[in-house]
Amino acid sequence: MRDIDLARLRARLEQESGQRWWRGLDELADTPEFRDMLHREFPEAATEFDDPKGRRDFLKLMGASLALAGATACTRQPPEKIVPYVRQPEEIVPGKPLFFATAMPFAGAATPVLVESHMGRPTKIEANPDHPATRGGTDVFSQASVLQLYDPDRSKAVKHLDAISTWGDFTTRLAGAMNAQRALQGAGLRILTETVVSPTLAAQLQALLESMPQAKWVQWEPVSRDHVRAGAKLALGEYVEPQYRFDQADVVLSLDADFLTEGPGRLRYARDFIAKRRLTAGQTAMNRLYVVESTPSPTGVKADHRIRVRAGDVEHVARAVAAGAGIGDAAAATVPGLDPAVLKAVVADLTSHRGRSLVVAGETQPPAVHALAHALNQALGNVGTTVVYTPTPEAVPSEQLAALTELAGEMEAGKVDVLVIMSANPVYAAPPDLRFADRMNKVGLRIHVGLYEDETAELCHWHIPETHYLETWSDARAFDGTATICQPLVAPLYDNVSPHQFVSALAGRSDRTAHDLVREFWTERFAGGGGAGQGGALARADGTAFGSFDDFWRQALHDGFVAGSAFPARTVAAAASLPPASEPAPADALELAFRPDPNLWDGRFANLGWLQELPRPVTKIVWDNVVVMSPSTAASLGVANEDLLALTVSGQTVSLPVWTLPGQPDRTLMVTIGHGRRRAGRVGNGVGVDVTPIRPSQGLWRAAGFEAKKAGGRYRIACTQGHFSLEGRNHVRVATLGQYRHDPEFAHHLGHEPGPEMTLHGNEWKYEGNAWGMSVDLNACTGCNACVVACQAENNIPVVGKEQVLRQREMHWIRIDRYYTGSVDDPEMFYQPMMCQHCETAPCEVVCPVAATAHSAEGLNDMVYNRCVGTRYCSHNCPYKVRRFNFFLYSDWTTPSLKLVRNPDVTVRSRGVMEKCTFCVQRINLARIDAKRENRAIRDGEITTACEGACPTQAIVFGNINDANARVTALKKEPRTYGVLAELNTRPRTTYLAAVRNPHPDLAPATPAGAEHTPAETTH
Amino acid sequence: MATEVTRQRIPPTDEIPIVAPGQSLKTVTEKIADIVLRLKTPLSWFFGFTVGFLLLQGLLVAIMMLLFKGIGVWGVNMPVGWGFDIINFVWWIGIGHAGTLISAILFLFRQQWRMSINRAAEAMTLFAVACALLYPFFHTGRPWLALYWLLPYPNAMGMWPQFRSPLIWDVFAVSTYGTVSALFWFTGLIPDLATLRDRATKRVPKFIYGVLSFGWRGSAIHWRRYEIAYMLLAGLSTPLVLSVHTVVSFDFAVSLLPGWHATIFPPYFVAGAIFSGFAMVLTLLIPLRAIYGLQSYITARHLDVMAKVMLATGWIVFYGYLMEAFVAWYSGVQYERFVIWNRMTGPYWWAFWALILCNGLVPQLLWIRKVRYTPVILFAISIVVNIGMWLERYVIIVTSLHRDFLPSSWGMYSGTMWDWSFYLGTIGLFLTLFYLFIRVLPMISIFEMRTLVPGGQAKAHSE
Repeated sequence: MRDIDLARLRARLEQESGQRWWRGLDELADTPEFRDMLHREFPEAATEFDDPKGRRDFLKLMGASLALAGATACTRQPPEKIVPYVRQPEEIVPGKPLFFATAMPFAGAATPVLVESHMGRPTKIEANPDHPATRGGTDVFSQASVLQLYDPDRSKAVKHLDAISTWGDFTTRLAGAMNAQRALQGAGLRILTETVVSPTLAAQLQALLESMPQAKWVQWEPVSRDHVRAGAKLALGEYVEPQYRFDQADVVLSLDADFLTEGPGRLRYARDFIAKRRLTAGQTAMNRLYVVESTPSPTGVKADHRIRVRAGDVEHVARAVAAGAGIGDAAAATVPGLDPAVLKAVVADLTSHRGRSLVVAGETQPPAVHALAHALNQALGNVGTTVVYTPTPEAVPSEQLAALTELAGEMEAGKVDVLVIMSANPVYAAPPDLRFADRMNKVGLRIHVGLYEDETAELCHWHIPETHYLETWSDARAFDGTATICQPLVAPLYDNVSPHQFVSALAGRSDRTAHDLVREFWTERFAGGGGAGQGGALARADGTAFGSFDDFWRQALHDGFVAGSAFPARTVAAAASLPPASEPAPADALELAFRPDPNLWDGRFANLGWLQELPRPVTKIVWDNVVVMSPSTAASLGVANEDLLALTVSGQTVSLPVWTLPGQPDRTLMVTIGHGRRRAGRVGNGVGVDVTPIRPSQGLWRAAGFEAKKAGGRYRIACTQGHFSLEGRNHVRVATLGQYRHDPEFAHHLGHEPGPEMTLHGNEWKYEGNAWGMSVDLNACTGCNACVVACQAENNIPVVGKEQVLRQREMHWIRIDRYYTGSVDDPEMFYQPMMCQHCETAPCEVVCPVAATAHSAEGLNDMVYNRCVGTRYCSHNCPYKVRRFNFFLYSDWTTPSLKLVRNPDVTVRSRGVMEKCTFCVQRINLARIDAKRENRAIRDGEITTACEGACPTQAIVFGNINDANARVTALKKEPRTYGVLAELNTRPRTTYLAAVRNPHPDLAPATPAGAEHTPAETTH
Repeated sequence: MATEVTRQRIPPTDEIPIVAPGQSLKTVTEKIADIVLRLKTPLSWFFGFTVGFLLLQGLLVAIMMLLFKGIGVWGVNMPVGWGFDIINFVWWIGIGHAGTLISAILFLFRQQWRMSINRAAEAMTLFAVACALLYPFFHTGRPWLALYWLLPYPNAMGMWPQFRSPLIWDVFAVSTYGTVSALFWFTGLIPDLATLRDRATKRVPKFIYGVLSFGWRGSAIHWRRYEIAYMLLAGLSTPLVLSVHTVVSFDFAVSLLPGWHATIFPPYFVAGAIFSGFAMVLTLLIPLRAIYGLQSYITARHLDVMAKVMLATGWIVFYGYLMEAFVAWYSGVQYERFVIWNRMTGPYWWAFWALILCNGLVPQLLWIRKVRYTPVILFAISIVVNIGMWLERYVIIVTSLHRDFLPSSWGMYSGTMWDWSFYLGTIGLFLTLFYLFIRVLPMISIFEMRTLVPGGQAKAHSE
């Protein structure tokens, strides 16, 4: 046993509120030996995987320490007087969840959400269908954010020089420093934040700056929107935000823009874009999407024409299009490698759809491309119809990289005495040439406020644990400007400090609560009638005035947004002349491009197992980052999958495993950022490779110059879909719009479906009453994965770790299959969500020896975990392979804080049990109970499955197929409806709507991708 | 002596006696009973037993590992949820088939040559079934529940097993087979146990053999009842020989998985089982007859006949392979065609072609008479067939599962060290039991052999 510092322990016990259970001094001291002992002693040690690497991963993922037990707030009585449920509070019915509206600030805008709360415990993020910035729909980040709330590695205490301290201690020390700064008008004070989208916080910061005019506030995000801002400034002369109206656009040209899954407007854009190609309810027209892109993205997968070029060539394609549309230099109209027929089609389509076309530039593309997009949209008459300009959702727009560079310079010059870093993690993510970590040492007092004790916290004197967005009052603007007043769902789990409270403390008022500050801000706005938008009084959505501020407050909290606070469109100046063309790169030059990680973003979500183990939308890789390249580029570099490739930029070298990706443009290598965190937590530490060292500020998204060399050695990559070809099978059925119009029933002609008479049983079960079914629109699915994480959150699906994924044991109940057809270099790609199809004649049921999977009277294929003995035969007889087996004890039964994130209505599965999609049977039962009590039938739409609720494009619709008026019934009558593998006579209750592509008639392939199957091949 | 025979011209099969000339009632009894009671245990016995016993300890470790950690220690995954477990289950069950076939069917057909090998073959059957039974039990995710939930027993919840599941049929088929085989074997042992009782000189063996021989005195009425009981059990066992592997094949044939879903499976599995069973009998008896000098009782003729059975059943199996491929092509179903093509050319091509080599090509050597009369070569072929039959199950299970309907779910499979230690462990269990058997029980039926020597017909059991 190590020596234990009794004085420190005593101090720790004193500053911890609530009851803390400890078994001995060793535990209290939380020594590494003790933690280790816990790991060894506890039952999960029995489930360590046999190989040492797997075991390490497993402990990291699942391992628990009892020391955390005392720190979980939900099991702790607050020190204040509380009132027991002698009379049940009006709203809370034990066992029934409540939903609250709030918003998640993320990447320069808010994502509006509803939060499901079980007895005061948020467990699940749902979409807010009323919010104008989304109209429903969520994404992987918001779905996973609830796990972040309960992340056992979140920082829990104020730390001073790595020792636990108190907020009181800190404010005392802070007051001293701030007083000194006040005397200097704040000349030595610098505040570094992420992009602030909270009007209240921005006002607080600005008030602080007013009191100390020499102080500076720097906003910076690793994935910044600098190029969007700079492009707007270049073309239009001011910082404005283009907002796209995809619901108005018939022809869309994306210039390396993944608008369906990235950017602040992604949810609304995806919804509007897909609405234009839905082909249901009599709609027969479709928009057409051209995507020019430097790496396959979900948007590219949905494209009718995908034009793959190097990132550096996008500008030249844009110029060629512009020249075709009559602006700029006609000499630029040819780009090597670009098919002139395609260019001609793009130009013809755009110019023939004036006012109904749209050009979108990607955030990683340089300002010139954005300027070109603005100029094109103006020339095509799209401004005011398909694109409008508004102020930016961030409270104070700035050029973030420039500001950070300036800050680094000031730090170097010793001008910074007090550096406050809020949420941002510059030590991990700042460009290496800023030498941020070194320069931090020149700052006298460094304070970090954040969710985690991350790389930046390590170098700061003080660390203040920040509140999660579900724990604090705040406010935030969505991309369209609509403000949400964010309400906390739960009191801070630990002694966390809200950003509002912290900034207030900077200003000398450490006693103000976030609630007071936010309410005060909105009281002022309400009284001033200035509106949260740029003008207009705050009123209800229907225009009537609020009776009082309390009315307004209640309404805004209830709705999840402040009605009418969206930015009004702003007229902008005509686009300036096109920026000078950059020098085109030689046609054979290699290029290295960077992208934010689709799951971890800039690395902030690295400790969330749900996101680490979420297959990337295109590569289907989990737990690692890779350098992506086309097969022919890999061949020319002499590397193959999983070979390590050393990438050198400005003298810095990192080695990444190679991954060849069909559809990736030749001669461009793509790497995602956000990996290789050192201090993310037990899940994220050391996962993947940190590529920050090769991203100097001159080449954030595209390396200016680099060397790629085979490094020797291999590294295994876990990929959940090893085989991408459809093998000529008809699981995904596709036609062009022309073929669809000619033969709306094409999907049926591509397969064989036995009729209901194909049975050995004379008297089959008749489904009277409810019969649950689902329809999945392949035309609408963007492969964004929101459903996968939503399902994981709803159904308590465990994370298994890379080693287990390598052994093909991932547990997701719904997966997004991705298939290729066509050439390996430039294939067509399709997404197909795949989950239990709830076959009426389910093959799994008859082979289970213990009848652990059985059919319900409403047509559900039920899984009885208690009865399952785990023969795995059901999985073998499932032609869809959607069943998942608990090969080990995958669920974490020990970490206390992770117990809180569980859905109390869903069983936590044990070892040796099969599991699979249940159609969210717990939600069906909840609705059934409600309906029964009110003596009525379950209404259509009353039950949304988790995947359906999360989907931003309404690709998934669930309902009662016996209800003639249900949406799902209507969808199942669509001519495009088909059942995957229906020829096996499984009679799946989940059916698919075949995909329809809308290629330009001049470029349309002679046969659709699906038509290469020999029709009507049958299995029986 | 077989090796001498091969050097000379081999006489026609019918002329080779089942028992070598010069044996009398006395020599038969002494020779076989003395192996148990008088002879010094040969060194090779200790060697073989030790190997088996050590492997058995590996099995115990593998079982502990499995119970503490879970099925995940094996290589199984999604889509290949069955691997070594079911491969080895079917392999062992198949091996078990020869014993009952030799004892029951050949008994009913009055094939006298069976008498010198039926005891050992039946023991092999029992021990193989014991090894096989470990797998369906331990391969489940929660064996502690599978132990009784798979059995139909009345309970308050009215919860019965799913009688439509082939796995339930398996439970009945295999447990019936195990029970009947054990009874059959033990019934056949009773007269010989009495012989051992009478010949034993030490008190403890005398007591034990005495208890086990159920008071057998060799009276005419004993013999009469014995003959009836043995006949009845033979009649009971005969359909089981066919039904067990038929039911085991239903595990696959009843599913809808391409590569499993085939009506040819029952006959071809039964033939495969006999094929592998005879291979295993040869694997065991060829060394045994050399070590214990039993060439007079297990003669070249026995080897020859067994080789011929292997040749015949091998062809049935090979025909099964051809038909599988033909039917897949003839069906026109793309999934069926793909499975066969993938077996031949996919990532497991080596397993498929090794299987064809082992089960299809190598056994053709048995057409050559000289091969059938050369124990060393026969032994080598029997080993090759054992491997081939293991590969057959590997190919059927793994290649069908690893690439089925949706290409998105395709995967690969390989066994882990725990798969191998479990497998080697069951071989250890088998060896341990078999070595104990040859040490404590007569490995050749004494009283039946006595009916084959001159003068033996009338008085089978007497001193």
